[in-house]
Amino acid sequence: MVFELTSILAMQGITKIYPNGLIANRDVDFMVEKGEIHALIGENGAGKTTLMKILFGAEQPERGTVHLRGEPINFSGPMEAIKAGIGMVYQHFMLVESMTVAENVVLGLEPCKWGLINIEEAQRRTLEISKQYNLNVDPKARIMDLSIGQKQKVEILKVLYRKAEILILDEPTAVLTPQETRELFVQLKEMKEKGITVIFISHKLKEIVELCDRLTVLRRGESVARASVAGITESEISKLMLGQEVQLGVEKESAKPGAPSLRVKNLIVRNDEGRNAVNDISFGVRNGEILGIAGVEGNGQTELAMAISGLTKYAAGIVEIAGKDIRGASVRGIRELGFSHIPEDRMTYGACAFAGVYENLISDRYYKKGYSKYGLLQSNHINSEGDELISGYYIKCRSGREPVLSLSGGNIQKVVVARECSAVPGVLLANQPTRGIDVMAAGFVRRKLIAMRDTGAAILLISADIDEVLEVSDSIIVMQNGKIAAYFSDATQATAEILGEYMLGLKTQTTEEIRRVFHE
Amino acid sequence: MEAAIRTVFTMDFLVSSIRVTTPILLCALGVLVTNKAGIMNIGIEGMMLFAALFGVIGSAFTQSALVGLLCAIAASVLAGWIFAFFTLRLRSDILLTGLALSILAQGGTIFILYVITGDKSMSASLNSLQLPFITIPLIKDIPILGALLSGHNIIVYLSLICVVAMHMLMNKMPLGLRIRCVGENPATAGSVGIDVNMIKLKAITISGVLAGLAGAYLSMGYLPWFTGGMTAGRGFMGIAAQNLGNVVPLGTLIASFIFGMAEALANVFVLLHVPHEFVRMTPFVITIAGLIVVSIHRTRKERKRKLSLGKRQAADGNAE
Repeated sequence: MVFELTSILAMQGITKIYPNGLIANRDVDFMVEKGEIHALIGENGAGKTTLMKILFGAEQPERGTVHLRGEPINFSGPMEAIKAGIGMVYQHFMLVESMTVAENVVLGLEPCKWGLINIEEAQRRTLEISKQYNLNVDPKARIMDLSIGQKQKVEILKVLYRKAEILILDEPTAVLTPQETRELFVQLKEMKEKGITVIFISHKLKEIVELCDRLTVLRRGESVARASVAGITESEISKLMLGQEVQLGVEKESAKPGAPSLRVKNLIVRNDEGRNAVNDISFGVRNGEILGIAGVEGNGQTELAMAISGLTKYAAGIVEIAGKDIRGASVRGIRELGFSHIPEDRMTYGACAFAGVYENLISDRYYKKGYSKYGLLQSNHINSEGDELISGYYIKCRSGREPVLSLSGGNIQKVVVARECSAVPGVLLANQPTRGIDVMAAGFVRRKLIAMRDTGAAILLISADIDEVLEVSDSIIVMQNGKIAAYFSDATQATAEILGEYMLGLKTQTTEEIRRVFHE
Repeated sequence: MEAAIRTVFTMDFLVSSIRVTTPILLCALGVLVTNKAGIMNIGIEGMMLFAALFGVIGSAFTQSALVGLLCAIAASVLAGWIFAFFTLRLRSDILLTGLALSILAQGGTIFILYVITGDKSMSASLNSLQLPFITIPLIKDIPILGALLSGHNIIVYLSLICVVAMHMLMNKMPLGLRIRCVGENPATAGSVGIDVNMIKLKAITISGVLAGLAGAYLSMGYLPWFTGGMTAGRGFMGIAAQNLGNVVPLGTLIASFIFGMAEALANVFVLLHVPHEFVRMTPFVITIAGLIVVSIHRTRKERKRKLSLGKRQAADGNAE
């Protein structure tokens, strides 16, 4: 084959069958040219991770060969892969929080002098690489004091310090703000210019089209396509990924809003550091309407959601749900007013990892009539309702007793969505409802939100994904530095560019324009 | 009461504080190194007890204090390796295994003592040796300082060197950096090719050497013989001391000395006919009080750090 001669990396005919019979990779071909940015895309569970584990020597394939620079290789562990110039930037950062940037970079390969670490040398080398690739971080800073974007730079520095020529990035933009993502793309393109090969694992089609040169698509463990990005459209890629024509957008009729069910007036919420994270904001969400909140993460959205759902106290202001002031009410008290909450972090506030699917589905209502009697849970009723929800929300699990821990991210999110929506809320707060889940599951969740709206619920959607806010919302507010910077009563009037200007604080609407969202 | 105060402000009191600080300090350093590697080594009490017994046996049979010391260290390290085998290889629970090791040592040492000497309480029938006491020339002639600094057992001086060595290990040497990484984020260590279990084994071995020194000091310095259960909770005080000392060597030295003074104070109380139960309580009451004070201080400091960080980031944001 021609590829073998020019490819820096050629994985051919890779087949991996796990002991439980799962075929993670079947006859996969994956070829990467030197100095390109190559996208490896596929749904969750398509075999991307397994393929990278095989490359790294963490798994051994049943069949297939791996050639690096034309030489056959068979790594027995990550150390050998690192030595051969392959570097991995993990999705969950592999950093030691209490140590400095320089210490993290040299960890495991420390420059030494008389048996002691030469820390000046470590700092100098870190600075040198960060200048060379324009990855600006202070070598003496502690990791715990860095932002997520900066931490990712440290991860990349770590890999470059080990002289990697092939850089693998596992869904690097999942945790970044739009600004940080843009910066990362500039840096990756710069690395490409300097001859570094980048493998970019993602399922965000927009980013792939923007950044990558070529792509390989995996679907159910098989490599279904290898193409140049230049000659392919987003919908063609998604068709390859999912194996069927999928509607990427969601369709909806125009909203018929009623009276506001959720009202927030002059709300101030302080964060742990005592700063006003939510700084005197007022808005209302009407029945039958989805109000989207756009904004760069960390501009008060999390604190706002925590305050409305009763998880933290707020310093001043009024929050009214269905006409009742929630000050001092317990989380259960707020829920009894007809409030539901799809939380930002599903593993902390959304689901109990070790409990089963059934148990998670009723965790907001177990004490109610029908679910418990004489202090004992009524398992017949609970299980039959659970089965209905499992089939109604297409939750993929072996049984309702399976702990949610062993489900995929998308299915765990569906469990949370099923519970919160089946409570038939008057007010639904959806905070990052599709974060980190695959395209199919995300589409399902978005359609569900619109269906809830159509039955008259007032929905507050908080999302860091601007496209999601634009697509799902009926009206939009932009949060910037704890305040509302803009209100668009008709979401179709807004675009990502317009929202971006308000998100970055370049523009602010007048008080009169913003006040309209209170719906007096 | 007056008598008590008068005793506390004497040179003898300080000297005896130093003497009782030593085993606590060595233990605390031994716990510190494993703690940094992510292992709470509550088996250190047992490791120390084995060391104390085998130091006596080794020196009695070879008539060499040095061989005795080496036997003590070997016994303690071996106990550490057994602990490591169960926790690292067989993946048993760390706290339960540590507890089991300590309980095993309580009974095991007495059993071995009985087999060898026929006596269940102490090793007086064995002709064991003591480690040398060092008089430092010149310094011993300085009026007050001389009595304070000179004439201690060699292990006392060694323990102070260990504080410096531990500081160097943790902050300046690759092994220390790796130990800290393994303790804080083992997945990270694995991802850069560090063998996590090997690093943990090394930390346990260092811990074993330190516990060995502590044990040898008890039966070959502090006292000239072995008695059953002679560690008397010093391992646990060591655990508290390194925590109180913020898991850094110098802080651990200070915390250990505070505990040492508490124990010396208890010894003073005995002489003053204070009820026995109260006396035995003192070091531990001081331990708990110390832990509370440090914990409050730490929470406040953390909040301050966060606050200043928040301000700095806000300032950065405005600058942009």
